[in-house]
Amino acid sequence: MNRIKKYVGLEDTQKFISIILISGVILSTFFVIVGGIFYLIKSGNALPKYHIFRGEPAELKSITGIIKNVFSLRSEDVIQFGLLLLMLTPVARVLFTFVNFLHEKDYIYVLVAFIVLSVLCFSLISGGA
Amino acid sequence: MTILEFTLFILLISLAAGFLGSLTGLGGGMVIVPLLTIIFGVDIRYAIGASLVSVIATSSGAAAAYVKEGFTNIRLGMLLEVATTLGALSGAFVAAYIAPGTIAIIFGMALLYSAYLSIKPKQDVIIPAQDKGLIHFFKLSSEYPTRQGKTKYSVRALPGGFGLMYIAGILSGLLGIGSGAIKVLAMDHIMKVPFKVSTTTSNFMIGVTAAASVGVYLNRGYVDPGLAMPVMLGVLSGALIGTRVLVKSKTRVLRIVFSIAILFLAIEMIYKGITGGM
Repeated sequence: MNRIKKYVGLEDTQKFISIILISGVILSTFFVIVGGIFYLIKSGNALPKYHIFRGEPAELKSITGIIKNVFSLRSEDVIQFGLLLLMLTPVARVLFTFVNFLHEKDYIYVLVAFIVLSVLCFSLISGGA
Repeated sequence: MTILEFTLFILLISLAAGFLGSLTGLGGGMVIVPLLTIIFGVDIRYAIGASLVSVIATSSGAAAAYVKEGFTNIRLGMLLEVATTLGALSGAFVAAYIAPGTIAIIFGMALLYSAYLSIKPKQDVIIPAQDKGLIHFFKLSSEYPTRQGKTKYSVRALPGGFGLMYIAGILSGLLGIGSGAIKVLAMDHIMKVPFKVSTTTSNFMIGVTAAASVGVYLNRGYVDPGLAMPVMLGVLSGALIGTRVLVKSKTRVLRIVFSIAILFLAIEMIYKGITGGM
């Protein structure tokens, strides 16, 4: 009996992880497409310059910048917001497994998930600097 | 070429890259970076930024399906993600101090090696579970669905697998790829994880690994919305189509043909890296 209960728990976890991943991808694709259409309407006739590396402006480089600017509704900001949602999707998945292991009182894996989560946050917030 | 034409071209090429990547098992990132840099002359830093974004999208999309089917070993994936994320962070960090030409050469060699790994025949060995040692401590033995029902399996050589995962992470961060082939090598070859479990668990880990390096690239201004948009949309749709085709048809011949095409891409990358064309 105990074994069956545990198994159902695992299936729920799998289903939930699946939902997190798929909603992250769909939501971000939505923003990228909407931003992309406006971007092409606005600058479709200009010339691309990707052979020269210049780097992005500050507002497209940091999480706070991207979130602050999404309300400006500038097309590049909307795309970048969509991309940010995508980058946060794996973070959300790790966060969920962290909570799930905590719930299962599996403390070794609580620690494992916490380490992975810290590396991800460190990278996204500070850029590894 | 205007931005509109450029975007449509990139969208088509990315679609092809995603399709190829999923069919050969190399992943879209491995194919899109050389195409962007060689055909479109995109700076390799922008190409890597856009590729990483597309890698997160395809791996999350595919992992969503595999996790639900019960193939993925979530504990094994989480534990090895410690190695891949730390590796990815180191790789992305040193990328800024390495000349683009050198990155192109390393990329070409990684591409060659991955293509070789992807056509090498595989064999499954099932390792019986033990009730002591590291594997037992980290609860890595599990079961997965096969034609004969649920099959129990265990793994071995955790330190070796963990070490190789760190290297896979470095390459992912340095080159903007998922490093799927090396992740599978670590699990399938060294740790003796059943093939179906190692490919799906590798996929599960790729998104997190890429997320660890993309933060560095984002903060350095390597992620350009105008370029990442068509790359992400194209690679994602291409990969979805590729998965459908994989299920329906025998792809051995197709895979060999594409592996030869990839060989040329790899040689071109190395050549351009050496002659300073990057």
